[in-house]
Amino acid sequence: MSERNTQLKVSAIKDGTVLDHIPAQSLFQVIDILDLSHCGNPVTIGVNLESKTLGRKGIIKISDRFFLDEELSRIALAAPDATVNIIRDYQVVSKKRIELPAEVIGIAKCSNPMCVTNNQAVTTRFATVVEDKKVKLLCHYCEKTTEEFIPLRH
Amino acid sequence: MSKSLISINDFSRDELLHILSVAREMEETGSSKLLDGKVVACLFFEPSTRTRLSFETAAKRLGAKVIGFSDVANTSISKGETLKDTIKMVSNYVDIIVMRHPLEGAARYASEICDIPVVNAGDGANQHPSQTLLDLYTILQTQGRLERVAVNMVGDLKYGRTVHSLLQALSHFDPEFIFTAPEALRMPAEYKTFLEKRGIPFLETDSLMEHLCDCDILYMTRVQQERFSDPMEYEKFKDVYRLERSMLAGVRENMKILHPLPRVGEIAEDVDNTPYAYYFKQAQNGMYVRMAIIACLLGYR
Repeated sequence: MSERNTQLKVSAIKDGTVLDHIPAQSLFQVIDILDLSHCGNPVTIGVNLESKTLGRKGIIKISDRFFLDEELSRIALAAPDATVNIIRDYQVVSKKRIELPAEVIGIAKCSNPMCVTNNQAVTTRFATVVEDKKVKLLCHYCEKTTEEFIPLRH
Repeated sequence: MSKSLISINDFSRDELLHILSVAREMEETGSSKLLDGKVVACLFFEPSTRTRLSFETAAKRLGAKVIGFSDVANTSISKGETLKDTIKMVSNYVDIIVMRHPLEGAARYASEICDIPVVNAGDGANQHPSQTLLDLYTILQTQGRLERVAVNMVGDLKYGRTVHSLLQALSHFDPEFIFTAPEALRMPAEYKTFLEKRGIPFLETDSLMEHLCDCDILYMTRVQQERFSDPMEYEKFKDVYRLERSMLAGVRENMKILHPLPRVGEIAEDVDNTPYAYYFKQAQNGMYVRMAIIACLLGYR
């Protein structure tokens, strides 16, 4: 597969939010977490773009939409190193890193098939634990650790 | 004091000691009318005769009435009723719910959807806190202390939830551990890391004889058939350890043998009449500890 050039491949937006430095393989998880498939705003998505730090990255530009920190913190599970750029009139007015929330409610799936959350209509709830730079999820119900983030489907 | 008893990890050192002191009072007092007029529900979504009888007797010895079921076959759960609906309904009738459920986290969920205390009597392979409390009570009773006790855990240390919970509860009391298990059923790494972080020493062996004389408590467990998906694997391990009277020469004088019961072949019957056997008294202690749990959660002391 040939390398693609990121230059001008993704067009600029006037006002909105740009999520950058998303690992390419996590891009669709981020889309799910922010429920962008049901978002009426113009959304530009780039995937497998070249990145010096990540190899292949994804980028999402959402016009005329600004997220709460709480909403953004959820994507830390799929893209811990993502950056958030707030755009006003084509200018980046604020740039910040995603912060990992202490608790994750209703986004991730527990990997334990015997967990009550996988068998009854129970909202999942996890404490986040960082071990060896990896984010792990400790289930509030079955007390088991989920190593890989598995998003719940909307 | 927490409102419910769901996981041993929810309890501080002081709360554990509080329940043990109430249990001692229950053992000394015997039956009473402390919970006269109260109704206790024992909801066993999966059968467990021993635990159910122990909780039901505990409630009755305190003067409470008991309702409930011992398996789901004749209930509306077999018609597809959700756990939420069963708990919501029962919680309107009674003062406290004691429940066992095959799903892990079921008791925690139940405690969040009703306004009365819930006692977890086992949620799948996860927690069984009344077992842990009765183990602590028995260790205290036999050794006169909980601090600095050397505990040798034997058998299925990989899947055995009783040993995992006991290990966590004892970590408050400066213990030493010996883990005796075959290679395939060793103590999981997460528990060893837990101990290392707290500076708690432990040894591992696959030989029952190796550290038999180095412990105050010999905690025997059964290799549970239900945890094995492959029956050949189970056959390989089911008789891996068998404690016999002849092996007990040279053990510490204060050493006591505990077992959560039922036993299969791990402890030969000739051990029963030695001064070291304590598993039947341990089971009896379970009743006093469960009396204490129910009484404490309903506001006594």
